[in-house]
Amino acid sequence: MAGLSLDLIALQLFAGLALGAIYVLFAIGLSLIFGMLTVVNFAHGAFYMVGAYVGVYILSLGGNFWICLVAVPVAVGLFGVLVERFLIRPLYGRGIDYPLLLTFGLSYVMVELVRIAFGKTGYPFDTPEILQGAVDIGVGYFPLYRLFVIGATAMVLLARWLFLEKTSFGLIIRAGARDPQIVRVLGVDVARVWLIVFGIGTAIAGFAGLLAAPLQGVIPEMGGTILAEAFVVTVVGGMGSIGGAVLAGLLVGVVVSMTSLFAPEMGKVSIFALMAVVLIVRPQGFFGRAGLMS
Amino acid sequence: MNEMTQPYIPAKAAPVSWFGFAIRHRASLASVVVLIFPMVMPFTALAVNILIYGLYALGFNLVYGYLGLLSFGHAALFGTGAYLCGIAIVHFALPWYLAIAIGIAGGLLMAALMGVLAIRTRGIYFAMVTMALSQCVYYLFYQAVDWTGGENGLRGINVRVVDILGLKLDFINPLTRYYVIAAFVIAAFFVLSRILASPFGAVIEAVRENETRARASGYDVTLTRLIAFVLSGGFCGLAGALQALHLSIVPIEILHYDTSGIVVMIALLGGMGTFFGPMIGAAAFLLLENLVSLWTVHWQLIVGAIFMVCVLFFPRGIWGTLIARGKP
Repeated sequence: MAGLSLDLIALQLFAGLALGAIYVLFAIGLSLIFGMLTVVNFAHGAFYMVGAYVGVYILSLGGNFWICLVAVPVAVGLFGVLVERFLIRPLYGRGIDYPLLLTFGLSYVMVELVRIAFGKTGYPFDTPEILQGAVDIGVGYFPLYRLFVIGATAMVLLARWLFLEKTSFGLIIRAGARDPQIVRVLGVDVARVWLIVFGIGTAIAGFAGLLAAPLQGVIPEMGGTILAEAFVVTVVGGMGSIGGAVLAGLLVGVVVSMTSLFAPEMGKVSIFALMAVVLIVRPQGFFGRAGLMS
Repeated sequence: MNEMTQPYIPAKAAPVSWFGFAIRHRASLASVVVLIFPMVMPFTALAVNILIYGLYALGFNLVYGYLGLLSFGHAALFGTGAYLCGIAIVHFALPWYLAIAIGIAGGLLMAALMGVLAIRTRGIYFAMVTMALSQCVYYLFYQAVDWTGGENGLRGINVRVVDILGLKLDFINPLTRYYVIAAFVIAAFFVLSRILASPFGAVIEAVRENETRARASGYDVTLTRLIAFVLSGGFCGLAGALQALHLSIVPIEILHYDTSGIVVMIALLGGMGTFFGPMIGAAAFLLLENLVSLWTVHWQLIVGAIFMVCVLFFPRGIWGTLIARGKP
């Protein structure tokens, strides 16, 4: 402990926030889809992985990272729209487990298709040149790309808030989450709303995968690990709560990052311990409505 | 005329269908099938796999099919059974029957630990929490290299001879091995059938059908769920222990998320909430996997696609669809 300066701890804290930002992005997509469609998207990790691979593909065509930032969410979101329209829509009204099981099967198919198209081994993903290097943030030098990840996440959160709170379509989405029946009676095509929401949720997952690619590299299995960790975020934060997802995502990121500083082998276990504590003390999560979950 | 004075009319005996017969004698019938199975199934190694995964799915089905909770963390129960059985043999040189008992105890204990946490949530959260908890168990066993061999798996579970009351059986012989394992599976059939036929079995199904009504009838829903989950852990622990003896190694992948997923697929394919479903599902799934992997390494693609087709068009599974057809 003596060798650890306060600066090092502060830097590790920031690294945790960058990691947490990825969790936040992943979890808000998951939460958005669940909140509106009551579908737990087990293929969310696969969409995240596809996002990273679409990035790899665009770069191999000679595109740059900035094109990826726009093209990846669009491509993954369109794919998500197709999935909702043809695979998930027939399952509405058949019990909450069925969409979950379907997306679980879908994740196998998606991972295997990516293995066929890109091979089993992973790809390195270069940090874009302009974001390489480090900046002085007062307590020491911090990688610029990680700052960018935190900033991009903040932008997505802001855009999401503006879209849901300030646009008329956002109003319909919020109303649809509250009571789809009434919204339908008022003459809104709820099926179309759900289609778009699923598209947006998966687009955010693809975006998160792209942002994570320079940090972790790209492998077909990258979505499986983060899915379990995102469930922890969801349980800790409270499902359906965006504030909860943000707070819990950042907290989980910091906990992983801090534990790997003090006890590297316990880095992954710590977040599940966190979840266990939350389940015992507050089963509905930080911001979850009691009764929805317990 | 009030009810008391109505002449007693004996209820007409229901038409005897072969489904009715099958359900009444479910444990015996399943045992007979298991006993003659190697005669129709030339690959004994595959037949043993079907037995073990069938037993694993049987335990899973108790929670998903009968209790109505979707667990995505059963790999932790299966894997703990396998690891504890293996550790008992490798590190403590215990006889095989004690090792199996320890494996079952491990499955029960792990289910109790996971259950106490996961039962606090309900519905769809149960799937998420169990999955996260099993991921935690994966990391714990992965880190405990001294006990579990970590990434390399636990090696050296060599059981060559199985002695029962002085009778020495050659465990290397595939057919003998099949029947030793089958004996445990058959015992599990009878135990499970007894549990389901008991008043507690009725409460389990009552909780699935209508939680509020079960609670109003005075049953402790949370405790019922916990006990059913723990019992499920016992069956899965036994399956894991048998798997350890069969493979003579416990690979770390046994705790992987895929192992939890496979059992969901097997249960759904066979027909959840049915007694024969898990075994039929295990046979169908493993035969399919073997056939597909003969001509492509990308069997996960085919299996995933078939699973999606099942969810979309045959949610009752093979046996469930047959039952629905057979009912008048």
